[in-house]
Amino acid sequence: MKKTNDVILQTVTKIITFMIILFSIDLFFSGHYTPGGGFIGGLMTAAALLLILLAYDIKTLQVILHVDFKLMTATGLLIAILTGTGALLFNEPFLKHAFDYINLPILGETSLHTAVLFDIGVYLVVIGVTMTIIQTIGESE
Amino acid sequence: MINLPLLPILIPFITAAVLMFFPKRIKAQRTISIISSLGAVIASFVLIFTIRQNGIQTVNLGGWDAPFGITLVSDMLSALLVAATSIITLFVIWFSFYYMDEGHERHYYYVAVQFLLVGVNGAFTTGDIFNMFVFFEVMLISSYVLIVLGGKKEQLRESFKYVLINVISSALFVIAVAYLYSIVGTLNMAHVSERIAEINQPGILTVIAIFFLLVFGLKGGIFPLYFWLPGSYKAPPIPILALFGALLTKVGIYAIIRTYTLFFYHDTGYTHMILGVLSMLTIVVGVIGALAYRDVKEIIIYNIIIAVGVILYGVSVMTPEAIEGSIFYLLHDMIIKAALFMLAGIMIAIVGSSHLKDMGGLIKEYPWVGWTFFIAALSLAGIPPFSGFVGKLLIVQGGFRAEEYIGPGLILLSSLLVLYSVMKIFTNGFWGTPKEYHGLKASMAFKLWIPTAAVVVIAIAYGVGAEAVRPFITQAVEPLVNPAIYIEAVLKE
Repeated sequence: MKKTNDVILQTVTKIITFMIILFSIDLFFSGHYTPGGGFIGGLMTAAALLLILLAYDIKTLQVILHVDFKLMTATGLLIAILTGTGALLFNEPFLKHAFDYINLPILGETSLHTAVLFDIGVYLVVIGVTMTIIQTIGESE
Repeated sequence: MINLPLLPILIPFITAAVLMFFPKRIKAQRTISIISSLGAVIASFVLIFTIRQNGIQTVNLGGWDAPFGITLVSDMLSALLVAATSIITLFVIWFSFYYMDEGHERHYYYVAVQFLLVGVNGAFTTGDIFNMFVFFEVMLISSYVLIVLGGKKEQLRESFKYVLINVISSALFVIAVAYLYSIVGTLNMAHVSERIAEINQPGILTVIAIFFLLVFGLKGGIFPLYFWLPGSYKAPPIPILALFGALLTKVGIYAIIRTYTLFFYHDTGYTHMILGVLSMLTIVVGVIGALAYRDVKEIIIYNIIIAVGVILYGVSVMTPEAIEGSIFYLLHDMIIKAALFMLAGIMIAIVGSSHLKDMGGLIKEYPWVGWTFFIAALSLAGIPPFSGFVGKLLIVQGGFRAEEYIGPGLILLSSLLVLYSVMKIFTNGFWGTPKEYHGLKASMAFKLWIPTAAVVVIAIAYGVGAEAVRPFITQAVEPLVNPAIYIEAVLKE
């Protein structure tokens, strides 16, 4: 079969991917006060990566984003567990979260919550698992 | 240390996450997983002694008070089960160093085993019915991985059945929890129990009780719901089978014990009669299977089903004595099933087949395997100095005290047939004329034998030291007979 020319799909992908990733990051950070959070954010990021896979191929994605998604899953899991385990150091029950208002240089007074660290773990696990599934099925003949 | 009940869950969980980083480095995988399992064993023993001194231990995760957050509750029953689980996992991991081929070990085998330990320990410890569902899923998903790992034709076929049946039963579990929640409006098990006592268990709750029996019976393999078990358990390699046989069905049994003593104890005439009848039928079916087959794996698999029936019969009687017997027998059965599967694994490794017609005269070259098997077989059947005796004795006594005669009679008869079924392995496999075997060398078999013998020694110690174990079991029975103790420990009123 002759290879088709995907110039329109590829050009659109270049622009759209960044928008999807920005949207996913917005969803991720809005999780505490509005609908959103680690799970939907991670799925959305994975969707952006999937679009790259559709428009290009697996090798291109590896060039752009040189990560092993299995390690990403492991890292996310470890971050999530250790966030919960951190409470043990202060003799608090597991998963006890803490928050505080901190003055950051640019953002001003911001409420920082350790639940976000847990959510980062969820976010990484979701991306890692989704991409591992897609890549493994895609690579097997 | 207020997080003590959490440690047997947390240690394997962290280990599993760490092991995911370097799946190809087998030495590191082995070392880390054995050290962490040892850690889990130590933590669970510290937990047992803390409970012995200070009563039931609870942790409110995240610091949210009892009915609102997730509570982990370690009473003596769950602590003992957690300890047994951790010990078995430790020795099975040791066993699989020599038994598993490299293909398994390089593809996240130890990770899956650690996750299995997380799920089983979690299901034993949790005090929240939905959280129990989540831990069931953690356990089941890692068991899906373990059953299919290796990708042989038989494994693929059986894992398909196994996954299908468990997906259905998990969906039923969610539906049952939804019904329960719509009536009592809470998920915390102590709080559920309190609310059910307030409304005095109307008819709909009896329906839910039967629903839970269906769900947990599917996981635990009671009479009409055991059909998936023999085929699925035959597929995976022996160490995985030892873990499944020793742990997975017991989680279903534990869940039945917990719900039937904590939630649904008001209308026992109906629910517990059904449980009693089903458990007797389970014994019958298991015995028929154990007598019918001449395959080592299948004989022991049907013995799992018999044990499920015996334990649940003790629960259905609901006298303190019978429940105590059930707990005794439950712990004994976890240990001895692991030991028997490991011994069968050694035989299969030597002979290269699991069918009795290919075996004979093994005692000539492998006397240590033979006599270990002999002791394990006596122990399974419940010959007095060994571990199966006290449990069955108490169950039978409890049954007679409750003026039931069919159940205890059936249990006594089943013991005889259990003994016959395992002695069939012994006489056909170890006695007779030796044959030519092309399996393992004797030195390799000896390496496999060490962890196996250790498990058998634990079983013997459990039987001989029944006097020392008894106070722990008695303490485990207290909250089962009197749910107020459990409720008070969790809700702290």
